Amino acid sequence: MYDSGKIIAGLLVFVSIIAFPFVYNIGADIVKPEPKIDTPVIQQMAVKQCVEPKEFMRAEHMQLLNKWRDSAVRDGNRVYVGSRGDHYNISLQNTCMHCHSNKKEFCDSCHNYMAVKPYCWDCHIAPKENSL
Amino acid sequence: MSIDRRQFLKIAGVSTLLGLGTAAAVNGIRRDDVEASQMEPGPDALKAKRWGFVVDMSKFKTEEDYARVVHACHSIHNVPDYGNPKDEIKWIWKDDFEHTFPGQEDTYMAAEMKEKPFMVFCNHCAQPPCVRVCPTKATFKRTDGIVMMDMHRCIGCRFCMAACPYGSRSFNFRDPRGKDESGRPFIKELNPEFPTRTKGVVEKCTFCYERLAKGLKPACVEASGGGIVFGDLEDPNSEVRQLISKHYTIRRKPELGTQPSIYYIVGGNENA
Repeated sequence: MYDSGKIIAGLLVFVSIIAFPFVYNIGADIVKPEPKIDTPVIQQMAVKQCVEPKEFMRAEHMQLLNKWRDSAVRDGNRVYVGSRGDHYNISLQNTCMHCHSNKKEFCDSCHNYMAVKPYCWDCHIAPKENSL
Repeated sequence: MSIDRRQFLKIAGVSTLLGLGTAAAVNGIRRDDVEASQMEPGPDALKAKRWGFVVDMSKFKTEEDYARVVHACHSIHNVPDYGNPKDEIKWIWKDDFEHTFPGQEDTYMAAEMKEKPFMVFCNHCAQPPCVRVCPTKATFKRTDGIVMMDMHRCIGCRFCMAACPYGSRSFNFRDPRGKDESGRPFIKELNPEFPTRTKGVVEKCTFCYERLAKGLKPACVEASGGGIVFGDLEDPNSEVRQLISKHYTIRRKPELGTQPSIYYIVGGNENA
């Protein structure tokens, strides 16, 4: 093999750069985010449930929010009938955040962990939180 | 080893069926997500075929009458005040006769009419030019006649501002959540029930769609004390149609063919 020294050295550098993040995080204490739902409104609820089951909300809340947005803004349909048959006012600020008034501990904990930056709060007003 | 045409077609057919079958099976297993039929208008929502306004200018007498209406609208919709006319955001504002009804001014017109400010806002045209030019359908016409803005889609190209013959649209050159040099926030007091806008989008009057959905009158109608009346223009028994049939009304720039939905009752206190 011609230039084997250069090639192997180059490969070593390449592999070490690619592997660096994995090696760096070995043994690091990575805490899975646990979105908190202990807001005053939720605590007062007799049955603690969101508009849809927890598993659905966890996986599909972004699709649901998109549907809500299109329904409220474009079709003017402001009432959502959940799969359990109950009715909800379609509004991020007034329905979602009424219960989940802890945006930092609820929304942000997962979004930061996943490094996603939804632009909801460029326009929508986040609930006032006590910054402890 | 080679295969003949017959074998090739067999293999191709079977693999196509397998592929389609697997896709169908996978889609079937996946939990079906939200259906559009799960959304409905609220029980109190006000409905119409074509929403419109009648503005009775005789009810606007003092400066206070105008300011009250403007404040009612701008405060609940978090309309920013950038403090200079170049960046001004207007949902509802006042303008003089010459600029409200250009071409209809006259040398011998009563001075009172000439100088009287008129309440102007989005005409929610039946043939809206802003909707025709919008490249993203961010502005669109609802089935009830409201010319709506979907801020999520607006890319800030400002074609609609060029297209609107009434100047009803304003562009956010600055961040509405920001502050000016002296630290004064552009939005004096946030209404937590309504979103703000962001830098780089166009905004305008939305006929208080969020209030109609709850069964409430538009904010300007509520604050005007009878100066602004709203209703269904397609319903001959509605209040607006009654007013239009009893009074002589004019609309802004009807010659452009945009079919504005705001009718003005002018002509002094007697509504001659």
